[in-house]
Amino acid sequence: MVAKLSDRMLLSGDEAVALAARNAGVLLGTGYPGTPSTEILEAFAQLGGKAQWAPNEKVALEVGLGASFGGARTLVTMKHVGVNVAADVLFTAAYTGVSGGLVLISADDPGMASSQNEQDNRQYARAAGVIMLEPADSQQAYDFTGAALAISEHFAQPVMLRMTTRVCHSKSIVVQHPLPQTDSSPDFKRDIPSRVMIPAYARPAHRRLRDKLARAAAYAETCAQTILESRSASLGIIASGVSVMHAREVAPEASILQLGFSYPLPMQAIRTFVASVERCVVLEEGDPILVTELRAEGLAVEGKPERFRFGELNADRVRRILERDESAEPVVQPGKPPALCEGCSHRPVFETLKRLDCIVSGDIGCYTLGVLPPFTAMDTCVCMGASIGVGLGLRHVLPPEQAKRVVSVIGDSTFMHSGLTGLAEMVYNPPPTGHLLMILDNGTTAMTGQQEHPGTGRSLLHEPATRVVFEDVARAMGIDYVVTLDPMAQGNALEEAITAALASGKLAVIVARRPCILAAPKIRQYEKIALEKTSRCAASCAAGE
Amino acid sequence: MTTKVINVVVAGLGGQGVVKASDILADAAFRMGLDVKKSEIHGMSQRGGSVASDVRFGPVVHSPMIPAGEADCLIVVAPDQVDVNRHVLKAGGVLVSPESLAGSPGKVQAKSVNVALLGVLSTVLDIPVETWEDAIRANLAEKHHRLNLEAFHLGRSAN
Ligand SMILES: Cc1ncc(C[n+]2csc(CCOP(=O)(O)OP(=O)(O)O)c2C)c(N)n1
Ligand code: SF4
Repeated sequence: MVAKLSDRMLLSGDEAVALAARNAGVLLGTGYPGTPSTEILEAFAQLGGKAQWAPNEKVALEVGLGASFGGARTLVTMKHVGVNVAADVLFTAAYTGVSGGLVLISADDPGMASSQNEQDNRQYARAAGVIMLEPADSQQAYDFTGAALAISEHFAQPVMLRMTTRVCHSKSIVVQHPLPQTDSSPDFKRDIPSRVMIPAYARPAHRRLRDKLARAAAYAETCAQTILESRSASLGIIASGVSVMHAREVAPEASILQLGFSYPLPMQAIRTFVASVERCVVLEEGDPILVTELRAEGLAVEGKPERFRFGELNADRVRRILERDESAEPVVQPGKPPALCEGCSHRPVFETLKRLDCIVSGDIGCYTLGVLPPFTAMDTCVCMGASIGVGLGLRHVLPPEQAKRVVSVIGDSTFMHSGLTGLAEMVYNPPPTGHLLMILDNGTTAMTGQQEHPGTGRSLLHEPATRVVFEDVARAMGIDYVVTLDPMAQGNALEEAITAALASGKLAVIVARRPCILAAPKIRQYEKIALEKTSRCAASCAAGE
Repeated sequence: MTTKVINVVVAGLGGQGVVKASDILADAAFRMGLDVKKSEIHGMSQRGGSVASDVRFGPVVHSPMIPAGEADCLIVVAPDQVDVNRHVLKAGGVLVSPESLAGSPGKVQAKSVNVALLGVLSTVLDIPVETWEDAIRANLAEKHHRLNLEAFHLGRSAN
């Protein structure tokens, strides 16, 4: 499947990462879907790599860390908010260090094309003490992925490759340069003081980490990801990620220092660069991190006005920053907002919740569109899994006549991601009025493009896997009131079920099950293929083969 | 340098093949040996919201996004999305919309309007017809080739 090395290809940043991972001998790719990172593992699997969806990002990083402890090159992918979920692993993985190269992709979304916030995950590199690289286009996504694996092995540290929506989803030309390979293969080597973080071992581990970071900073000074483009001495630009491309576009005369190795910083190279130009501007999307750190070093660099902290940068905004143009930016007419598809199984649910005047503690997925007209039937949506906890909190404190109207609504993939602990809370600390949790099981992770999860009973490549059955889970956890229904069924079943559950004052779970209409034909196809396989097996067994 | 870069925005609504059309265009430019960058925001577009994709090609392309008011051509697949996207066009830029198909010698099927509009675009770009056809074949499943090649030529001969 790997094409000739001389081949020039037109790839998205995500595809380029996958190709590099494959070419560099990554043995396991794991992650949880999330725009704009989702396509990486899908492409890696298409290229023949072993890739799997974890139930959430924390588990993904744990599995990745284990694989790395076992000596394998490993790729872990997630969107920026996924790193919040995986952060507990990340901070201490920085102490344990790794064995096989471990690269964590953080796909940030400045401008929030498809996210609930625009957090800047460069902060995580600093907070956790994790080496970070930032590619600017697909070629660098390819090259840096290979380099990140080697750097991870060199320092025995996890490496974060921070991408952004524009780098993940833009296509540009990639040449498959040869990538550094590893000659070791998985083999367990006991190393208790490095990997068992009891305080006695963690204290020296923290010192080791700081020591490694000091060496990484020295390495960054001359590495291939610290890229100097010397041109005019009158204007110098320090940038990372896609901002480098905007800078070249707008200021072709300017000298540019690209900080492709963006944590820890190559401070000497930066100092020399700043001294070599008359005016030095730091171009960074999101938080003013670089500019703050460079100023703390006593360097006279310009940043950007606060208003450019919001949203993506582009050529026009970069021009404004460079020209100190303070005029108002043109207001772009908003396009048409997305809406639940015609025939979407989430529609009747939100129509009903609205009709019943419920207080809806919502969650993240296609069904979040239930917040928009004509439904306007969602009252809270914070992060994946929050529907349950927030709903319970409301139930605990609201006056009973309001508390009785609170419903938590969660999607199937989201329930697997982070609903289980919420459900444990629900049975452990039940509100006096009871509670109703609705699991909207449309058989797929629709929002991010129809990925599988443990509740679908199919693997990343849509092959049969053990299915987690939500009803069984709810009963096993101690919920007696479990109802399954088809939200599109004729008649009033949905409304009656919700009304009855709310009136009961008990803890209730309603599983509203009906496939997403966009996914349904494919699901039928996967099921057909699986059935053919099993009957072929049965036939060959019967024939004594 | 930027003057030699050609900028094309393809816009419309989720489900209309906007991204597919921009893939075909980018691939055609790629086959010409040019530097190419293509960028769009896709996320919720599947659910019928607005989508716009920027395609840039030339000797060297830097930013993947087309600077405001610098599009040489704007293709809009949904007639009601023309107004929200017009601002990307530079003065004298070419607008291609379903109206451009009015003079086509035959009826274009709804699901291949995106490719038909590429046919219209092809008359103002310096890319040979065989390259377009190769790009169409490379980006669509075989069962859709005939319909889309037909649509492309209907668009190409509309005037
Ligand atoms: C921590 C975190 N990881 C990933 C995402 C991206 N994401 C948003 S919703 C969602 C899952 C949606 O699937 P589901 O709950 O089944 O609802 P559906 O879209 O199918 O209606 C994902 C993966 C996120 N917002 N936060
Ligand atoms: S993609 Fe599926 S779940 Fe999402 S809005 Fe459309 S039908 Fe509903």
